[in-house]
Amino acid sequence: MPVWGAGMEHNLFRYIWRNSWRDQLPILLVVALSYVFYFVSLDLPKQIVNRAIQGEAFKGGQTTAPFLHLSIGPIDWLGLPEVTLFHGFDLEKLPYLVALCFSFLFFVVVNGWMKQVVNTEKGRLGERMLRRLRYELYDRVLRFPIPHFRKVKQAEVATMIKDEVEPLGGFIGDAYITPAFLGGQALTALCFIMIQSVWLGLISMVVLAVQLVLIPFLRRRILELGRQRQLTARQLAGRIAENVDGTIEIHANDTSNYERADIVNRLEKIFLIRFELYQRKFFVKNLNNMLSQTTPFLFYLIGGYFALKNQFDVGALVAVIGAYKDLPSPIKELIDWQQQGQDVQIKYEQVIEQFTPEGMLEPKLQAVTDATPDAPDGGLSAQALAYYEEGGARLLENTGLEIGAGDHLAIVGFNGSGKEALGLLLARLVVPSTGTLRWGDEDMAALPESVTGRHISYVGDETYLFPHSILENVVYGLKHRPMAPAQYEGRALMHFQRRISEAKRTGNPLLDVHAQWIDFDSAGVEDLNGLKRRIIDLLPAVELEDDAYQFGLRGLIDPDDEPAVAERFLEARAAIHRRLQEPDLAHLVEQFDPAKYNRNMTVAENLLFGTPRGAVFDFATLRDNKVLAKVIETEGLKAPLMAMGEKIAETMVELFADLPPGHPFFEQFSFVSADDLPLVQQLLGRVQRSGLEKASPADQQRLIAITFPYIEARHRLGLIDPELEAKLLAARRSFAETLPEEYRDYIEFYDPQRFNAAATVQDNMLFGRLIYGQAQAAQRIYRLLFEVVSQLGLKAEVLAVGLEHGVGTGGRRLTQPQRQKVALVRALVRRPRVLILNNALAPLEAAVQTRILKALRNEMKDRCLILIADNAALCSVVDRVAVMRDGRVIEQGPLERLARPGTALSDLGIGMQMAAS
Amino acid sequence: MSILDDVEALKRMELFAKVEPAKLKLMAFAAERTQFRRGEEMVHQGDPADAAYIILEGRADVVVDTPGGPLKVAEVKRDAFVGEIGILCDVPRTATVVATEDLTTLKITKDLFFRMVTDFPTISIEVMRVLAQRLEHANELLAANRKH
Repeated sequence: MPVWGAGMEHNLFRYIWRNSWRDQLPILLVVALSYVFYFVSLDLPKQIVNRAIQGEAFKGGQTTAPFLHLSIGPIDWLGLPEVTLFHGFDLEKLPYLVALCFSFLFFVVVNGWMKQVVNTEKGRLGERMLRRLRYELYDRVLRFPIPHFRKVKQAEVATMIKDEVEPLGGFIGDAYITPAFLGGQALTALCFIMIQSVWLGLISMVVLAVQLVLIPFLRRRILELGRQRQLTARQLAGRIAENVDGTIEIHANDTSNYERADIVNRLEKIFLIRFELYQRKFFVKNLNNMLSQTTPFLFYLIGGYFALKNQFDVGALVAVIGAYKDLPSPIKELIDWQQQGQDVQIKYEQVIEQFTPEGMLEPKLQAVTDATPDAPDGGLSAQALAYYEEGGARLLENTGLEIGAGDHLAIVGFNGSGKEALGLLLARLVVPSTGTLRWGDEDMAALPESVTGRHISYVGDETYLFPHSILENVVYGLKHRPMAPAQYEGRALMHFQRRISEAKRTGNPLLDVHAQWIDFDSAGVEDLNGLKRRIIDLLPAVELEDDAYQFGLRGLIDPDDEPAVAERFLEARAAIHRRLQEPDLAHLVEQFDPAKYNRNMTVAENLLFGTPRGAVFDFATLRDNKVLAKVIETEGLKAPLMAMGEKIAETMVELFADLPPGHPFFEQFSFVSADDLPLVQQLLGRVQRSGLEKASPADQQRLIAITFPYIEARHRLGLIDPELEAKLLAARRSFAETLPEEYRDYIEFYDPQRFNAAATVQDNMLFGRLIYGQAQAAQRIYRLLFEVVSQLGLKAEVLAVGLEHGVGTGGRRLTQPQRQKVALVRALVRRPRVLILNNALAPLEAAVQTRILKALRNEMKDRCLILIADNAALCSVVDRVAVMRDGRVIEQGPLERLARPGTALSDLGIGMQMAAS
Repeated sequence: MSILDDVEALKRMELFAKVEPAKLKLMAFAAERTQFRRGEEMVHQGDPADAAYIILEGRADVVVDTPGGPLKVAEVKRDAFVGEIGILCDVPRTATVVATEDLTTLKITKDLFFRMVTDFPTISIEVMRVLAQRLEHANELLAANRKH
């Protein structure tokens, strides 16, 4: 049984009713109303034919007949006489027909409308319940005890919340309404038959009863198969996720075929289950149909027999068979409903089972708070602390430990000493199996996460980063509660209110993701800019500054969002431009000048003279670009470029024809890949036969495209003379001027006065290309950039851009040390009372570990720093040490006292000389 | 300054004089024009040898570190082949070469050089021939010295 938190309702129907009766009742009312209309619409066609068209209503010779005449009975078998409730309006023949027809139309419309209302409402109800269910399941995931995550596979949890509850949502709307609707419909039809003939009514009831009992019985195995199908599919998802995570192992161990075998085996199981399912399903379906058809068979046989014997009226028999036509479909659907109900009940139970592990966190430990609760006064103390893993491994036993509020303590120990588990306990990420852990006077186990998760910062050895920017990953540590509501006006306010009311109806918490969530106070800053400055100040401490600077240089900014910053980078551009006039720098960069051909850029870059955005002007596909082709044509560039392309092609063939394919020169120097070289040879052959002018348009395009990657300064074929330069410049201008409106977003032109939003910060500042063949050019320009950035005081701006660097899925665009450093910044930025580093420095080099630890101690002055480390040498950086062995703390005290011969610490290789250093 | 000038420069090298022009063109195409400003070091004594340079324009001093400080042992100028022994024998730079004027060179990386030698036997035969001549020349000098 769960220790904390109530389990979820195990019966799906009760769960649905309890959470949605308010939505269900009005719909059921509409359904009840619809029976009346349904009954009338059964009766009306008969009346139109018999009474109006065949004239039964006027049989006695009267000229008028009552319309909307309302009476009950006579019901012969109860001996009731006819009772007139409303005489109705007297109408003549034609108006009578018209009135009846219009009432028929009216009922059809009303019936349809009611169906629509019921279906819509049902859908909404189902979606609401699905939302509630998904939320509840997700909420439970957030409250799973952390050790439980060792047992669950993330893909399976995701599949359950995403896919497996989906059919539940579809069914939930039907859970009560469908039986009411269909059952009512069937009953109405049955009543109708009963009124016509009691005996035939009884026959249909018997057959229906058989159907209702037999079919569900046969469907039991189908349900079981459905359960297995769900389970195997979920396991398949889990297994595939495992393969994705373990892809390195698969390649490194050559086990891909073993994995194939495993998946093949699973797919076969799934196939067999599904096939059996189909076989049974269609058998039952067939049987069901047979039974439905049996009733008319009995009607014909038995009714016919009695009719022959003149004991039964033929007309009544025909009417009954007519009414029976309406019976099977609701009955069939009812049976389907019942099966579906059992099916989703099983699914529901299966899902719920997975979401009720033992030791779930109580909801109140994660309750939203109005203010940031204070941390308890005092240090941490453990008494008789023990922690067992599920399955019984004892990681800690009978451990005692005292940590002062301002202590900087290192916990070291041999492998398997349980120090990592102690780290988790101290951060209250797991709770002790026995014994107590106190923070000041408070029992840690009872502290809400609003205390532990704000005043304790925990960094483990492998930090998960969310796939956003570095900044967002750092700020993540400050998003505990909505600090200020989002401001809405007009329509947005209306939408917001609707969102709130829907959230209320579905048991979702009223937390607005668009609110201001960042707790600036706890970081000691006023606003986002202050926070960025604070983060930038923390970067040197964790030695992340150089990386962030690099990211910043390669980063992008949107000048519309940050005009001031863009302006400052333009200042840097101007400063660099001035510096590049100095004689010893002048030869390093050829800057972008709209009025000059840049010999260090490709021909294509010179033509476009901008940074492509998206695929339209991507250099790889430029050959087929119509816009550029048109400019080349109108500017008279076609002939010179073709001639140039021909020369390049000739040179390529001359130079590379003798080289074997795959020779590294192709990749390094050639315009043409080894595979394409024969094609270029053929192309040359064709155009030399036909002449350039008469070459096919495709060949002409190919020739022109060969020139696109040509860089005069690098390739030195001497193909671009001043005349061609002038033509290319004219084409550049023409391209920019005539570019159709719809293409403007796909390229950002180089404009000396404007920040180029599509280019990196570095490219924006440099605003030019390195000149080929200058010794050490890249390093010298990097130094120049750094000097200018420092002189202008722009470093913080570059770092701020660097903070926007996306870390990629799981932080994979960063190295592991970088990820750890980001985690350290996140841990520091909220100024925690306790910082726990659970082997957090392990991925860093030893020397870096020591330097960072010293910086962290400086940041954590007078506050508690607990370092758990495999690298015992780090002890020498802190002032207190605890040594663990076999799940116990066997020594604790100041470093000087422990770093002596004969102590356990000395067994770890830490002696006085270490302490002295 | 086009690639054809570079081919001419290569042709003037004793090592490549007899190599077919097409091969030299490929070599020139794959080589990199590299500029050094006055005062910059082309190679530094003791560094691993990763490339040889053909001086196309300008002058440079060859300086050797001695216990008594740097000692200029030679001056090189246009058409000098600097550092070819280093890449052939895989020894560290035996001297430092400092540009005394702005220099334009053709940089032939070790990788490029060996690619050319292995891919085109004509070049390797030429290299062998030149080296053998140099050896013989050295032997003659040695013999002449002994006679004295």
